[in-house]
Amino acid sequence: MSTRAAELVSAPISSKSSWPIIDFTRRLVRDKPLGAAGGLIFLIFLFCGIFADIIAPYGINDTDLHRRLEAPSLSFPLGTDHLGRDVLSRILYGAQLSMVVAFLAAGLATIISIVLGLASGYFGGKVDMIIQRMVDAWMTFPDLVLLIVVVSVVGPGVPQIIIILGLLYGIAGSRIVRGSVVSVKENMYTHAAQSMGGRNLYILRRHILPNVMPVVIVLFTTRIGAVILAEAGLSFLGLGVPPPAPTWGSMLSGTGRTYMYLGPWLALAPGLCLTIVVYSINVYGDALRDLLDPRMRGR
Amino acid sequence: MSNPNLLEVEDLSVSFRTDRGWVRAVDSVNLHVAPGETLAIVGESGSGKSVTALSILRLLGDSGQVDRGRILFDGSDLLELDDAGIRKIRGDRIAMIFQEPMSSLNPVLTIGKQVAEPIQLHRGLPWSVALEHATELLRKVAIPDAEHRLGDYPHLFSGGMRQRVMIAMALACDPRLIIADEPTTALDVTVQAQILALLKDLTRETNSALILITHDLGVVARYADRVAVMYGGRIVESAPAGELYSNPQHPYTRGLMNSIPGLDGSPQSRLITIEGQPPDLANLPPGCAFAPRCPHASNVCHDQKPALEQIAEHHLRACHGYE
Repeated sequence: MSTRAAELVSAPISSKSSWPIIDFTRRLVRDKPLGAAGGLIFLIFLFCGIFADIIAPYGINDTDLHRRLEAPSLSFPLGTDHLGRDVLSRILYGAQLSMVVAFLAAGLATIISIVLGLASGYFGGKVDMIIQRMVDAWMTFPDLVLLIVVVSVVGPGVPQIIIILGLLYGIAGSRIVRGSVVSVKENMYTHAAQSMGGRNLYILRRHILPNVMPVVIVLFTTRIGAVILAEAGLSFLGLGVPPPAPTWGSMLSGTGRTYMYLGPWLALAPGLCLTIVVYSINVYGDALRDLLDPRMRGR
Repeated sequence: MSNPNLLEVEDLSVSFRTDRGWVRAVDSVNLHVAPGETLAIVGESGSGKSVTALSILRLLGDSGQVDRGRILFDGSDLLELDDAGIRKIRGDRIAMIFQEPMSSLNPVLTIGKQVAEPIQLHRGLPWSVALEHATELLRKVAIPDAEHRLGDYPHLFSGGMRQRVMIAMALACDPRLIIADEPTTALDVTVQAQILALLKDLTRETNSALILITHDLGVVARYADRVAVMYGGRIVESAPAGELYSNPQHPYTRGLMNSIPGLDGSPQSRLITIEGQPPDLANLPPGCAFAPRCPHASNVCHDQKPALEQIAEHHLRACHGYE
């Protein structure tokens, strides 16, 4: 009877769910409303990207030369471009491509960061030395120069972009994972696991990796924003995804720039989408970082 | 006659690489412990007691190195084993309990998973069996409602409870030797007594040996059979616990005894302290490491290192002597 009463009293304050993800979302909404909003906006864009084929009112390359450069109207909510293609449809398909590139490249980057960071941070000594000097050497090249060189050698295309962006951000991000591993490694439970006779790989997988996951998750979310931006930048320079595939970057640089005075909506729509997506994922990543920080736990 | 000792450390010297070159942390240490026996290693921070313990399991890390000596466990030299060999010993035959129960448990794994970990590592039992073992172990260390607490995370446990969990993990594979490195330093005094009594009972039950590393002479008096006092990386005195208390022979040991506040002294009386600073291991004096702080030091103390010599049965001392 009394325990029931205690439950009722404590229920509104912390109603623990058996699903950690639901619990976490609840905390996110309560403590970090801005981050939650960012996550929601990103989810909407993700949804639009995944279901672009269904949502888009027109095809990607449906041209109607009689209705070129039309201002936004009921039939074309975001107007048409110089070939009479619906901008909204192209934005939606662009979201699809951006999301594919973003998730694959950020995923690849995260895997590279984890492998390099774990090896470097955990084993230390010579291994650390060799890996870190190679990372140093890699990082001396400015990102954009490296991108331009590689793309002009292998030619533009979606797979190339995913691999090169994955490598680029993965190697830079390995520093962050390494730092986190170095601090986790010094915790007693790592020594305790060694004293119990655990192999290195076992300790890495079971004790170190779960404890650096908060960092990795945040790294992944911020990388998504960075990759979308980088892909747009490459497409803007004409080194990204080749036309006629719609990407936000190429929409900005191609038609957007050429017809800036005749049809400002051509540049506004992809530009705004880019800004909103990157901002929302960054805000979400920040909120995740704050919530996953162990020092914030129990608050 | 077979060797009665389970573990024998012979002439062990350990160095660490630092910014100022190699620093000898443990110098020519001899130790032995028999099954069922509790050996206490006493000393202040930096006296080499933890390093001695870590080198038994070869857990010195990258910067530490054993310069010479042998560590015989059940007749075989642990320093000669390859990596796979020492891993088989760790957690199975020799278990270690660390001093910080708050950080010795992995915060992202449940208690059950962590206690079952050594069983799974060394016995390769299926998960369900290992978990059953874990429940039993938690009961053994007096964790109430053990089967329901398997799924709990460490942050739900108090310091004393966590140390009990650590003991359960140490006992998981019925080790012959348990090394407890200041197991009660971070705990309340009442909890300290419970934990030590538990540890003592459990080792007696299984006739395993216990090496208790501590700086708390009160702990030593109650729970140890034999005591080795370390100073500046060397053993300065070693004797059965009762003998050491009634008849401390090294000036350092005497200093330690004198600096324990007693209940019978008047509240106004000042505590007697040992003058000076703990020795700088990178810059040890050529003679006795304690000489700069020793009230009885003579010229010979500053020039020559005293050897550890027998002064009574089972009682060893490293001192040039004083009146």
